[in-house]
Amino acid sequence: MTEKKEKRRIVIPGEVIVSGDDYLPGDFTRKEGKDIIAQRYGLAEGDRVIKIIPISGVYEPRRGNTVIGRVSDITFNGWIVEIGGPYGAFLSLMECPRFINKNDIAEFANIGDLFCAKIFTVKRNSADLTLKSRGLGKLEGGRVIKINPHKVPRVIGKEGSMINLIKNETQTEINVGQNGFIWIKGDLAGEEKAEKTIELVAKEANSEGLTEKVEKFLGGKIKKINPEEMVKEE
Amino acid sequence: MSYTKRLDGRKADELRPIKAEVGIIPNADGSALFAFGETVAIAAVYGPKPLHPQHMQDPERGIIRCVYNMLPFSVTERARPGPSRRSKEISMITENALSGVVELKRFPGTVIDVEIMILQANASTRCAGINAAAMALAHAGIVMKEMVSSVSIGKIDDKIVTDITKAEEDYEEGEGATDIPFTISSNTHAITHLQLDGKIQTERLKEAYDAALKASKKILDYQTRALKGEKIDENK
Repeated sequence: MTEKKEKRRIVIPGEVIVSGDDYLPGDFTRKEGKDIIAQRYGLAEGDRVIKIIPISGVYEPRRGNTVIGRVSDITFNGWIVEIGGPYGAFLSLMECPRFINKNDIAEFANIGDLFCAKIFTVKRNSADLTLKSRGLGKLEGGRVIKINPHKVPRVIGKEGSMINLIKNETQTEINVGQNGFIWIKGDLAGEEKAEKTIELVAKEANSEGLTEKVEKFLGGKIKKINPEEMVKEE
Repeated sequence: MSYTKRLDGRKADELRPIKAEVGIIPNADGSALFAFGETVAIAAVYGPKPLHPQHMQDPERGIIRCVYNMLPFSVTERARPGPSRRSKEISMITENALSGVVELKRFPGTVIDVEIMILQANASTRCAGINAAAMALAHAGIVMKEMVSSVSIGKIDDKIVTDITKAEEDYEEGEGATDIPFTISSNTHAITHLQLDGKIQTERLKEAYDAALKASKKILDYQTRALKGEKIDENK
């Protein structure tokens, strides 16, 4: 495990990662003669099959991902949902698990409304969404912030430790989409604080002892704000 | 008197102090700064994202949309803001210089926006812009075959020099000044952009290409180091 971690290194497009007959090209690499060449910026990894793990860039839809999106257009049989990334996604009327008046589907969700949905197919230039699963549906109220989708795992933490910490400390409801859209709902102060915390996590995603930093950030804020406010009131 | 010694005391094949950094614009998907001495360019990349208006979409491949912009305070006399004949031309050649190495077929019907701003100008702004844009594209996780590096080669009087300044561009003695910006790809050493402003003999052009190739390898090294997290500033 530790050996593998050491092998990871940042590569840039056109760089020769390794050279030799023993290696095979994986994701985002190509083989030219004996050389395995990187095709994008990221972390190179692998013993035999060399692949690149992206560390930046826009969201690429994958089947089974839970995403948060905003309705950008309405068609006669569904909604076009903006989920970040190269293409919009389509949510069909058939994929809504409740009755919707076909003559006025804007009644259920209008342009600008938010959905938490699951991707069930990825096509060449769009993705299809569904609401037929637990925890999916329209999101009412709250606010949405956007972070880099490659930093989502850090925001969630090991078995949701980080996100649960933020939820508990700020008394908010948080829903993290795998596309980097994060929906937060709570009282104004809580929402504000949760947003700041998530931004901190995204900014310091690669640093050590992140959980302690977040704990300190959340704890410190509570103690700091209260006395100041009390002084002002006096 | 012929041009034997360069005006700023550099060697014929020496670059100005380089400055290079990535991730300078947090809201962009990828961004970079690149500077040749007093010529400073920043670039931001957004996308790939859906392209509107729809009639501009290409169902076979994505497109790159470049905007080169020289900021009003970048030159000694205020540059009029907004697009000009010159900036439109440079936007176009930047697009062409980059689209050769980007895998545009991966995302048909989309656009990659590349914004280049010149913060400070002292000749070779298009080269600094292309270098910054190439770094920003890589930083944005765009799939690319290889990198590109750009450098301007000059023939001042009868001497081939690398990375010319404004003062050299205005040299009038002898044969005068010729400015040849080259953009060369990192692995195949293909020329993705070549311009020529002035006069040059055929044999000398080959000489200029050799100088450009040598300089582009040096520039690639700076770009690589910056992308790997280093903040390069040789101005100190």
